[in-house]
Amino acid sequence: MAANGTSVSIQDLSLNFGAVSVLQTLNLDVAEGEFIVLLGPSGCGKSTLLNCIAGLLDISEGRIFIKGKNVTWEEPKDRGIGMVFQSYALYPQMTVEKNLSFGLRVAGIAKDEIAKRIARAAEILQIEPLLQRKPAALSGGQRQRVAIGRALVRDVDVFLFDEPLSNLDAKLRSELRVEIKLLHRKLQNTMIYVTHDQIEAMTLADRIAVMKGGVIQQLDAPQTIYNRPVNRFVAGFLGSPAMNFVEGQLEAGTTAVFKTGDLTIPLDRYGFDGAGTKSGPCVFGIRPEHVAFGEAANSMPFATDAAVEIVEPMGSDTLVWTKLGGRNFSFRVEAEKTLRNGDPIRIGFDPARASLFDTPSGNRM
Amino acid sequence: MSNSERPNRLFRNLNAKIASIPMVLTAGVVFVGGTAWTVLYSFTNSKLLPRLNFVGLDQYYRLWATPRWLISIENLLIYGVISLVFSLVIGFLLAALLDQKIRFEDTFRTIFLYPFALSFIVTGLVWQWLLNPDFGVQGVVRSLGWTSFDFNPLYNSSIVIYGISIAALWQGTGLIMCLMLAGLRGIDEDIWKAARVDGIPMWKTYLFIIIPMMRPVFITTLVIIASGIVKVYDLVVAQTSGGPGIASEVPAKYVYDYMFFAQNLGQGFAASTMMLLSVMIVIVPWAYLEFGGRKRV
Amino acid sequence: MSDHAVSLSATSSNPQAGVSGPSGPKPRHVFSRRNIFLYGTLIVVALYYLLPLYVMVVTSLKGMPEIRLGNIFSPPLEITFEPWVKAWSQACTGLNCDGLSRGFWNSVRITVPSVILSIAIASVNGYALANWRFKGADTFFVILIVGAFIPYQVMIYPIVIILREIGLYGSLTGLVIVHSIFGMPILTLLFRNYFTSMPEELFRAARVDGAGFWGIYLRIMLPMSLPIFVVAIILQVTGIWNDFLFGVVYTRPDTYPMTVQLNNIVNSVQGVKEYNVNMAATILTGLVPLVVYFISGKLFVRGIAAGAVKG
Repeated sequence: MAANGTSVSIQDLSLNFGAVSVLQTLNLDVAEGEFIVLLGPSGCGKSTLLNCIAGLLDISEGRIFIKGKNVTWEEPKDRGIGMVFQSYALYPQMTVEKNLSFGLRVAGIAKDEIAKRIARAAEILQIEPLLQRKPAALSGGQRQRVAIGRALVRDVDVFLFDEPLSNLDAKLRSELRVEIKLLHRKLQNTMIYVTHDQIEAMTLADRIAVMKGGVIQQLDAPQTIYNRPVNRFVAGFLGSPAMNFVEGQLEAGTTAVFKTGDLTIPLDRYGFDGAGTKSGPCVFGIRPEHVAFGEAANSMPFATDAAVEIVEPMGSDTLVWTKLGGRNFSFRVEAEKTLRNGDPIRIGFDPARASLFDTPSGNRM
Repeated sequence: MSNSERPNRLFRNLNAKIASIPMVLTAGVVFVGGTAWTVLYSFTNSKLLPRLNFVGLDQYYRLWATPRWLISIENLLIYGVISLVFSLVIGFLLAALLDQKIRFEDTFRTIFLYPFALSFIVTGLVWQWLLNPDFGVQGVVRSLGWTSFDFNPLYNSSIVIYGISIAALWQGTGLIMCLMLAGLRGIDEDIWKAARVDGIPMWKTYLFIIIPMMRPVFITTLVIIASGIVKVYDLVVAQTSGGPGIASEVPAKYVYDYMFFAQNLGQGFAASTMMLLSVMIVIVPWAYLEFGGRKRV
Repeated sequence: MSDHAVSLSATSSNPQAGVSGPSGPKPRHVFSRRNIFLYGTLIVVALYYLLPLYVMVVTSLKGMPEIRLGNIFSPPLEITFEPWVKAWSQACTGLNCDGLSRGFWNSVRITVPSVILSIAIASVNGYALANWRFKGADTFFVILIVGAFIPYQVMIYPIVIILREIGLYGSLTGLVIVHSIFGMPILTLLFRNYFTSMPEELFRAARVDGAGFWGIYLRIMLPMSLPIFVVAIILQVTGIWNDFLFGVVYTRPDTYPMTVQLNNIVNSVQGVKEYNVNMAATILTGLVPLVVYFISGKLFVRGIAAGAVKG
């Protein structure tokens, strides 16, 4: 976590709609200037959490602090936040300039101050030529920029983004992703960003909070989440192509091994969480890019023979499907390799890079 | 289809053409033909039976010189302005109140809308009874001790049209509320959120953001109200029969009475043509705005 | 929202409640100024809307002496159903004194065939317009929709002539035809839009399978469009039952629909006014559409919204 102070602090937050629990005793501290991404499948409560932080939803229990001030009961406008919405939510009959200034005018801010702030926001976002246009005359990317501008002119410490890029096409999305990252570097504001897109999460975040069922599953730096997922859900949700999972048995002993079918994978190089390991059913997971192939496989601590079943060329590389322990198993090879269905191959990997999950709980071992 | 050997244009989609015969007859014969026929005969001196004996604009000169027609027009204007203004304002306000995520929303909506299920005849008769000077609102207030209380719209020629408007608003505002509510529900939830984050008070959000966004809904509603205004007939028949005297006459009643009682068809045709003209004045600009700009099938 | 009416006590359930300050839901009072204004206004307006219904019912249950002495808003001291009986079977219009029952049955005989005929024609027509477009169809459709805005007064007399020519003037059949004609614009629009919104692939697949015009309509479209038929039925039953103008123009006294007969009973100049009988008759006439309304609920709203949007 960053060394400077806490910007947003959420303590024991719960939210129920009638009998349905949407968020459960949730805790989250966001450092000043940090870029936090709330990531999860739809219905996991990530947008709900963001709306709670913004004050757009009344919470059932807990407290929310922004900049050390308890804002649990404050109106959104008094929380020191700006928000960017998925549908942009620009006021359609007002020009871009009016859109940016409306809230400031209502708040009674002096005219020259408003002009100054708009000029600054327009310069940062490069929307000066668009100021006199109406939202209908803007492209998706331009609208998104204006929506960010509306948060910018509020001169706030915390920016909230609610899936801001999901209405845009893939190309524009990747462009704006870079722009948001640059914007964060320039402004150094705290940003909380909701998305279901793992690429956005990986590229933008200082830390990612992976959510499911109203609970934060894992809160960590992107690389840590990618390499050491705390449970099977996180492991499966991040990464494309997805991590390979093989079900089997863990046999503890002087050197623990994983057994599935007639395969035995030594786990002496695997860093177990916690102290003891005990035997039982578990799931062995390894990412496709951590699998070596051909000659390289033999230098790995574990190697086995397999046969190519399906080849999926992806352009930059090729995904090869085979079977391991009777389960579909994929790995990546360079695009230049030409493999055909039925080719016998040798694959191998280092169990140190693998993830092992307890079957009943799904937690990392 | 089956008769592919002989690709005659006329027989392509034959079943669809057969199915459309009622529409073609209705549109062609009744709507276009009937309208043209009425307009044509409005230039004749037809009395008991329609006769093609042209007299130019005579019927129209006579129409605009008849006090009863002039009163009808005046009443229609007053009734129209009241209907438009109040049903839009009340309808919108009720819709806005119902849109506040309140409890029993369905109950309230059901109550506000049920009069719309009733006919104008029933509406008119109920309000005739409620506004009865001896037993209705006036009688009740007087019996409470305020003997000078005066609220007798149906028997006072100068305000009778307002009495009719009260009944019309009771009957029709629920519909406007429903249309407005549908419009409000169609507004992106994020707009409300953005306005709240911006700290814009609710009434300003409605006035400067929501209402301008609902412009199409307002225009459609306006057309619906306007075309209903011109048709007003049963309500007047039931509530006052045009009285006292001819104080609450309306154009639609004028047409009916001249066609079927006064046996002066020419007058009836001229008056109905005037009604058609007034509807065109409303519809044509709207149709132009709605469909003129962009091509639409 | 009043389930959040709990006050600060929520804090005490929190073990580390050492930190003071706002926590949990923002306290709201059931009797906040906002709620008083909101619900107060709604309740007052609701009472205003319910008042005429209440007065109708109350008046119809009173005897004439009580009406003459009392207050229209007070509940009846002595409930009597005599006005209802009288309205149904004895009330007079002109020389006929067999009550509203005749008008009721006339209205049934008008409404049922009109609803069936108008919906049958319009649904097939809407289907043809949506899926089997042919040259010129759209022109007539546009005329039809524009025609919905033409005041009926302009077309009344030509229809009188047409009906007289085919010998149906004054008969129930004639009125059924008139209702089918004037129901066509809105119903055709309703069905055309509904069928257009159905996936085109469905229609194409059925054609590839060899189904023809009527086959597709009966076997594919009809079973899938039950909701829109219900909406159309609601729209037509209330509309035709409530009609007055066509009834008074195209029928004779012995075939008058209920609305026309009701108006003649209540507004007849002869005899002593029997307000209780009048109100009972009024309720009886309003009963059918009211029952349709309360049973159909949301579908009614959908129907009028669909009906209203384009005239």
